[in-house]
Amino acid sequence: MAIIERETEVTATGIDIATPTTTYGVLKRPVAATGWRAWVFTVDHKKLGLMYGATAMFFFIVGGVEALLIRLQLAAPNGKVLNADLYNQMFTMHATTMVFLFVMPMAAGFANYFIPLQIGARDVAFPRINALGFWLLLFGGIFINLSWFLGGAADGGWFMYAPNSGPVFSPTHGIDFWAFGLQIAGVASLTGSINLIVTVLNMRAPGMTLMKMPIFTWMMTVVQFLLLFAVPVITVALFLLSFQRNFGARFFDVAAGADPLLWQHLFWIFGHPEVYILVLPSFGIVSEVLPVFSRKPLFGYPFVVFSGAAIGFVGWGVWAHHMFASGLGPVSVAVFSLTTMAIAVPTGVKIINWTLTMWGGKLVFSTAMKFSIGLIVLFTVGGLSGVTHSVAPSDTQQTDTYYIVAHFHYVLFGGAVLGIFSGFYYWWPKMFGKMLSERLGNWNFWLMVIGMNLTFGPMHILGLQGQPRRMYQWTEARAGEGLFNFAFWNLVASIGSFVLAVGILLFLINVVITARNPTKSPLDPWNSRSLEWMTSNPPKEHNFDVIPTVHHLDEFFHRKYEEDPATHTMRQIATAEEVLAEQERNADKHIHMPSPSYWPIVLAGAVPIITFGMIFSHLIAVVGGVILLFASFGWALEPSTAPESDFENQAAHGTALDKVGH
Amino acid sequence: MTDAAVHGHESSTGISNIKLGMWTFLGSECLLFGGLISTYMLYRGRVTGGPRPAQIFDIPFTSVSSFVLLMSSLTMVLAVSAAHKSEDKKTNLWLTVTALLGATFVGGQVYEFTAFYNEGLGFSTSLFGSSFYTLTGFHGVHVTVGIIMLMALVGIFKRSEVPGKKAEVVEMIGLYWHFVDIVWIIIFTLVYLIPV
Amino acid sequence: MTTDTTHKAAGTELAENHAETHGMSNAGYIRIAAILAAITALEVSTVYIDFGPFFLPALLIMMAVKFIMVVSYFMHLKFDNKIFSFMFYAGLILAVGVYAAFLATFKFFIQ
Repeated sequence: MAIIERETEVTATGIDIATPTTTYGVLKRPVAATGWRAWVFTVDHKKLGLMYGATAMFFFIVGGVEALLIRLQLAAPNGKVLNADLYNQMFTMHATTMVFLFVMPMAAGFANYFIPLQIGARDVAFPRINALGFWLLLFGGIFINLSWFLGGAADGGWFMYAPNSGPVFSPTHGIDFWAFGLQIAGVASLTGSINLIVTVLNMRAPGMTLMKMPIFTWMMTVVQFLLLFAVPVITVALFLLSFQRNFGARFFDVAAGADPLLWQHLFWIFGHPEVYILVLPSFGIVSEVLPVFSRKPLFGYPFVVFSGAAIGFVGWGVWAHHMFASGLGPVSVAVFSLTTMAIAVPTGVKIINWTLTMWGGKLVFSTAMKFSIGLIVLFTVGGLSGVTHSVAPSDTQQTDTYYIVAHFHYVLFGGAVLGIFSGFYYWWPKMFGKMLSERLGNWNFWLMVIGMNLTFGPMHILGLQGQPRRMYQWTEARAGEGLFNFAFWNLVASIGSFVLAVGILLFLINVVITARNPTKSPLDPWNSRSLEWMTSNPPKEHNFDVIPTVHHLDEFFHRKYEEDPATHTMRQIATAEEVLAEQERNADKHIHMPSPSYWPIVLAGAVPIITFGMIFSHLIAVVGGVILLFASFGWALEPSTAPESDFENQAAHGTALDKVGH
Repeated sequence: MTDAAVHGHESSTGISNIKLGMWTFLGSECLLFGGLISTYMLYRGRVTGGPRPAQIFDIPFTSVSSFVLLMSSLTMVLAVSAAHKSEDKKTNLWLTVTALLGATFVGGQVYEFTAFYNEGLGFSTSLFGSSFYTLTGFHGVHVTVGIIMLMALVGIFKRSEVPGKKAEVVEMIGLYWHFVDIVWIIIFTLVYLIPV
Repeated sequence: MTTDTTHKAAGTELAENHAETHGMSNAGYIRIAAILAAITALEVSTVYIDFGPFFLPALLIMMAVKFIMVVSYFMHLKFDNKIFSFMFYAGLILAVGVYAAFLATFKFFIQ
């Protein structure tokens, strides 16, 4: 879709879409409003959000299949499904895919779609950089997975400990693809974080102070700060690794005096904030969903905000608890043990706030609500096993066992993934104008929850019984006897993983059925509270007909309800339809949206060519570099919003044009 | 083309998106260079073969090139100042001088690397070599990118095809350039002046 | 983070102030550059003159002074909106803190 230069639909005297006729850059601007071009060259934050979501969902399925293969291999003693080498690749890529290509992009998708809507903006601060971020992520993800077809995938575990990740121990190109691919995805995260931070600080609707921002936007802002500062650290680590593998640097070469802990430190300085990068978006979603379905405001909004910020801050001081068994020395271990116990506090604050939000509320058990409650319960289980790791002596016992695997799947699946699914059910009508089936959703929820507990619950037992992580087989001889033998619980976990898979399959079926169902959702199906619901479903391209002026936290709710002075209860004063009609009556007449551009995808496309060349032939890298430079110039010379003179139908209306972004 | 097109509606803070974005980016860059500098500090004394830092550093030479880079910050700020007064010719002049000073610095670095290599310090020679070349190389690449941006800006100015406010574009590249300079201030002291 | 709730009116006012206080005159910049050059000369002199126990602290302080001068004056941080300072110094202080702790775990400071 090009520039909107048309009357809004209510007051329309004839829709008038202008087409840019001249151009500053090398190529004429893309103008297609429909078909694939409308998606590939788009800079619309909503389209990009959906594209992030679709990409993430694809990689979720890829990572899920990898997980099922792992569980098939371990279901019985002496598994024969995968050989040792392939098993190493499988668990490495499972984690890499789930962390970097599913949860992070899915959170980025939600953030892209809903932050501008929640703060009453028409787009993000830098729409083209937004598009660039998406394409980099997609190309980075594809690049990492190319390694499956070009000699084998990375096989060093998702933390890729050096020196085990050196060329001696991993001679295929898998780790090269992994390192460069993550580097590309890292650039995407970095540009995305800068973009969203500026958007949140600079583009809020009038009256929306920081403490009136919806809580999801707040949590995503904390996440963007974590990304902003954590991504460069992994960038350094990945460069060191790539230079070692491709150019003969000695960084992790112990014979040259290198310290093997260098990689571990750099990785976990990034890696621990990363944990919060993964889970805080879901905390934000849950904090939106619980008040809506409890018919109460979020309990202690400032506490939720500040505990989120505190998690973001303290998250920087706990990284070495991933390294208790590496011989850090007693002082380091003691310090990081204490900080780790401390970080449980702000997380506990959130759990209490959510619980008290529901306390005394009129609870509506929709699917979204069920997933949110599921998160509270299961994340708490994961949090409790996490506290047992913070005690260094106990952690030494647990390190590298299935107990750890159980812990982080409870926090990441029970936390991050359930939150994401809660977001799907809650926001689906907003994004697509149709409601997901609640009946299928119920099955979806229960199968996922039962499946995940069957899968990851037994891993606590397996871990405490001493089953190590990353072993491609276990043997009958070592399985033990009695109730706590490996054989029984491994089988339960494997069955559980398939129950879980069926649950997720039901979600996909639900999506297809919903897409085919012609029934439209009501305007405000959940009686919601925040600004993103104060527009049509799905939102118009320019989001809001008029930028709302904000007076309250939960602005939309306060436009629908007011307090009865006599009884101190809330009574309805307007329906969502009336609020929307009011908006449409005052619609801005002329809105300039940022214009589509070829450059984001061209620029992003050059990067994997360069990295491919780094691995195979420097000549290819040079070609990629030339494309990159060319695209940079094209980008720099093209104004992000096409100027007046670019239009055939020049706006003769003479009113102030409201324009968005850079 | 109007300036309003670039600046959009009044921002919540009254400051421009692009400048806030640039400072946010520079905040992030602190952690990038911090990691590289820390790696160097950890490894600078670890020499199992080849020369040690004190044996090859040429302090007078590096002092001169550091001084050149420092002065390029002055010419950059003069360019920004001229751009704010809409003095296009002066802006172009100072941008060109800044690019030349930057190129002198990078030229000096190339010379230094060649000299070190001839004295036996390769990228794979020792941990000192790997971490030294990585750190200073990353800085050199940043300077080079800055030079390309400066030259591009001069070229574009001649055709007066800068989207957005000219002065602001100059200011943004200025911020980047000064950042590269302050990174060198740290590298010069920690790498060259403080012996292992 | 309180400054960024400034309302429209304040924002415009800020922008106007911004134009006036846009740092300094060119002579001012040249003065700053001269001071920076002098400090650099002093830094280089530590290689040739024995500063005894003051060697390390003196070098680190001079480095910090140069750094802050460039950031405050050449980059205008001293005159600009406080959000910019927040963004930059948040990154800087976090980097110094995290990497100092990182080096400390390697016993870097007690070698």
